[in-house]
Amino acid sequence: MFYRETGQFKTSYAADMAIFPIRQDRIALWAVLAFAFIGVPLLASFQVWPFGGEYMLRAILIPFLILSLAAIGLNILTGYCGQLSLGSGAFMAIGAYSAYKFSTGVHIPLEIFSISIPPLPMLPSILLGALMSCLVGILFGIPSLRIKGLYLAVATLAAQFFFDWVFSRVKWFTNYTPSGSVAAPELNFFGFVVNSPVERYLLCLVFVTLFALMAKNLVRGSIGRQWMAIRDMDIAAELMGIRPLYAKLTAFAVSSFVMGVAGALWAFVYLGAWEPLAFNIDRSFQILFMVIIGGLGSILGSFLGAAFILILPILLDQVPQALGVPLTVETVSHLVFIVTGALICWLLIVEPHGFARLWSTAKEKLRLWPYPY
Amino acid sequence: MIGLGQFLEVLFSGLLSGVLYSLVALGFVLIFKASGVFNFAQGAMVLLAGLALVRSLDFLVANGFPFWSAVILGLLFAAMIMAITAWMVQRFVLGPLINQDGLTLFMATIGITFVLEGAAQMIFGSDVYPLRLFPTDAWFLFEGNFPGGLLVSKIDVWGGLIAAVLVAGLAVFFQRTKTGRALRAVADDHAAAQSVGISLNWIWFIVWLVAGLVALVAATVWGTKLGVQFSIVFLALKALPVLIIGGFTSVPGAIVGGLIVGAGEKLAEAYLGPFIGGGIEYWFAYVLALVVLMVRPQGLYGERIIERI
Repeated sequence: MFYRETGQFKTSYAADMAIFPIRQDRIALWAVLAFAFIGVPLLASFQVWPFGGEYMLRAILIPFLILSLAAIGLNILTGYCGQLSLGSGAFMAIGAYSAYKFSTGVHIPLEIFSISIPPLPMLPSILLGALMSCLVGILFGIPSLRIKGLYLAVATLAAQFFFDWVFSRVKWFTNYTPSGSVAAPELNFFGFVVNSPVERYLLCLVFVTLFALMAKNLVRGSIGRQWMAIRDMDIAAELMGIRPLYAKLTAFAVSSFVMGVAGALWAFVYLGAWEPLAFNIDRSFQILFMVIIGGLGSILGSFLGAAFILILPILLDQVPQALGVPLTVETVSHLVFIVTGALICWLLIVEPHGFARLWSTAKEKLRLWPYPY
Repeated sequence: MIGLGQFLEVLFSGLLSGVLYSLVALGFVLIFKASGVFNFAQGAMVLLAGLALVRSLDFLVANGFPFWSAVILGLLFAAMIMAITAWMVQRFVLGPLINQDGLTLFMATIGITFVLEGAAQMIFGSDVYPLRLFPTDAWFLFEGNFPGGLLVSKIDVWGGLIAAVLVAGLAVFFQRTKTGRALRAVADDHAAAQSVGISLNWIWFIVWLVAGLVALVAATVWGTKLGVQFSIVFLALKALPVLIIGGFTSVPGAIVGGLIVGAGEKLAEAYLGPFIGGGIEYWFAYVLALVVLMVRPQGLYGERIIERI
């Protein structure tokens, strides 16, 4: 009844091929964007519950946005191109550390290869950092041409463990700080310094909106269709004239670029100061779960999954307190493990396609509601 | 220059720690062969088995049981826990997921991993628990041939012996018993096995049970060596490159792969480590696996992958 596209006639090819061909979707998208860009900052500055105070922005919305971005990155690779990766943390780390190096100046004083780049401004640093992540992604994507499925998943673990080691052992990356932890430089964007939680939130939101739109467009274009063909059956796709080399490596490149941006944001905007542990294998799994639970092969699913995985521990932490059941921190963290694991199994059983599929089923139902025939 | 004596010492300790990787990898291979499930939860099963054993052992000893009867009761208790786990996994997760593709099943086992890790630590505690089943001191061999002799830790030798017994036992089980033959039939062809009257649910329960018992054996050795603690899960991740090198479907492959990884990473740490900063044990196995994959995508002993449309 409310979600019915009857009467929405498409009179031009452009209208037919729009990203969101249904009017209700467009309205909903604009409403969400308007709320995110205008509503949340306003509510936060007027201290309206629950956006008052810094907790909501700092501990929930900012990490939610950044992890959604990382999940979009992984979804491109795993959900659209079907290449399972357990190395997302590594690509985020490469983005973060390269951006850090570019923003504080790169000096390689080797005799055979000497290079010296002065500290770059923030935006180019983040993008160059993501580019580094992209290059490494292509490098580690090369094995995907020969191996697939679970073998590839283990191969991507090599990237994860190798880069964990590199960033904790090679002091050059951390500018020789004694503790191995690094602090982000000032977030200066063309003279505007991003500092307060609201500003940080808006910065993340701009990045996430841009990259989500880009991803949404990529996956419905020629390249996205190639990825999906490779995912559905690579040999058949090859016989149809899709180059696996090109399709797989572009998926690795785009995915690790997006994850590099997410890593740089995670380090610079959310953490502020970080050590290699911030990007260890747990992070990779966290992002993989977001993608699975949200829905493989869905941009919307990346957001839903990120929200779920991020909010679940917070809820599990709050609920016993609210009910007056005292639980130790340890018990809560174990409970989070159990519930997350059980939910993953349960979701895989009832809906292997994640929240995104539930959402589209809900839309189908809404289309007919309240008269089901 | 590092002498021959030290080389042999590093090689031995590497080979014997490789046996531990093999023990975990064996659990993976058993389940993968029989049901096509890539069981990521094997590491968590080792943790669960170890915790169940060490905690029940401590409890029994504290209540005045003599040590050896406590060990037997503890092993029985841990085996029972593994049986319950196997039944629950089969009943509640893999049963409903029957006929899904490999990736979905793999992700479901990641979910199982989380549940097992959380539950094991919540029920049995999350500290480091020392397990004293085998002697942990060392032998000095060939003292006449090398200055200071060769230092060989007894627990490593015990580990090697136990692994050998286990592999022999599994071989007999697979070749001689009715259930073992049924397992091999299921591994060969699900539908054909079903058509001659083999119950898939029962077989898969048995497979998870056997994998659980293998995990228990791995836990006894590993727990004695390092104490039963959460980091066993991460060490168990090392079984993945072992599988890649040996091949997913081969029991001898798991053993050989484990030995290669164990010896390779210890030797690399000893000889390459000083030049590039140490700690390369952390990733060496994975990179080695990557190199093997580039040359032989199916691993050393794996079946050739033939693809059809």
